[in-house]
Amino acid sequence: MTIARLFHQFGSPPHFYRLAGRMLPWFATACVACLAAGLYGGLVLAPPDYQQGESYRIIFIHVPSAWMSLFVYMVMAACGAIVLIWRMKLAEVVAQASAPIGASFTFMALVTGSLWGKPMWGTYWVWDARLTSELILLFLYLGVIGLQSAYEDRRTGARAAAVLALVGVVNIPIIHYSVEWWNTLHQGPTVTKLDKPSIHLSMLVPLLLMAVAFKLYYATLLLMRARSDLLERERNAAWVRDEVAAR
Amino acid sequence: MTPRRQRMIFVAVLLLGVGVAAGLALMALGENMLYFFSPSQIRSGEAPTGQTLRVGGLVVDGTVKRGDGLAVRFDLSDGAHAVTVHYTGILPDLFREGQGIVAMGRLGPDGSFQAQEVLAKHDENYMPPEVAEALKMAREGGSMANPHGPK
Repeated sequence: MTIARLFHQFGSPPHFYRLAGRMLPWFATACVACLAAGLYGGLVLAPPDYQQGESYRIIFIHVPSAWMSLFVYMVMAACGAIVLIWRMKLAEVVAQASAPIGASFTFMALVTGSLWGKPMWGTYWVWDARLTSELILLFLYLGVIGLQSAYEDRRTGARAAAVLALVGVVNIPIIHYSVEWWNTLHQGPTVTKLDKPSIHLSMLVPLLLMAVAFKLYYATLLLMRARSDLLERERNAAWVRDEVAAR
Repeated sequence: MTPRRQRMIFVAVLLLGVGVAAGLALMALGENMLYFFSPSQIRSGEAPTGQTLRVGGLVVDGTVKRGDGLAVRFDLSDGAHAVTVHYTGILPDLFREGQGIVAMGRLGPDGSFQAQEVLAKHDENYMPPEVAEALKMAREGGSMANPHGPK
């Protein structure tokens, strides 16, 4: 049962703490490299759009933020299922570390979309299916964050938040398919569809670079937050005393 | 049954229950989730009359007529049917012939649409102007430049 052993080893706090510490600089460096390349490609090299001129360049922030808002939620919900079924402490830590990051990505997607909507659509906000379901996602994140800290016992809070996170999973396909199921003011999918992406290669490459950069940014923040959270939770454990003594 | 197995079933039932509930709710909401009606739906009487609604479609080439001041009139089409929209106010930058537009307002007794707000809907295509121009040329057999092309 090597897989079960790996699972247990990865889930053990001291092992994760040290592994995360070793991975952090690599993720951070790769994130900065992708971010620099993506921003240069998107803001300098990519041509203006035939319809929206220079304004479309906000997609290099807006689209990766929106993708991450869904991705981080799925990570958080998967951790929620692990918390409920296997009571794994590391999954609680990852869910707790992910929630504020995901909420920030959601907030950024909503704000950049709003700023883009004014010049292009003619309005900051409309209550169409895409925008409304994304706003509900922000409220779900805020609810999860609230529940995580609503109990004296953190582990009880983690389980309550896990139930809400799992209930909210139903919103994820609604957000993704909202632009296909209903008429919306928001555009249909450009990249995340089975057909060929309907974006020119010179714009697609920096967009994907930015998406990778945002993923690495999340990984970096997640590891940092999880490490400090583990130290606090396990402050009475022998391995934490050893770590501190080794400094 | 082990406690872990019970919890696994709890999570599965929770996901299934919420999924089914959401599916039923969305089916019941149905058309109320539509942000706008198409001109065909208005023509077939699916859209409510006498109350504020939105209509979306493409601005038909050659139908934009400017009146006094900011007054403007244009036809919106979804390919099958068209509806005439009257509007007084500032149009979004993206407004042009052939563009996707969503207008909010009321249906008049003569079947024309009195808009209070006009929003532009951009599509999911992103490309440099030269590529758009080349595509347009290819579509028109490369005969002549389109007078309504992007500025």
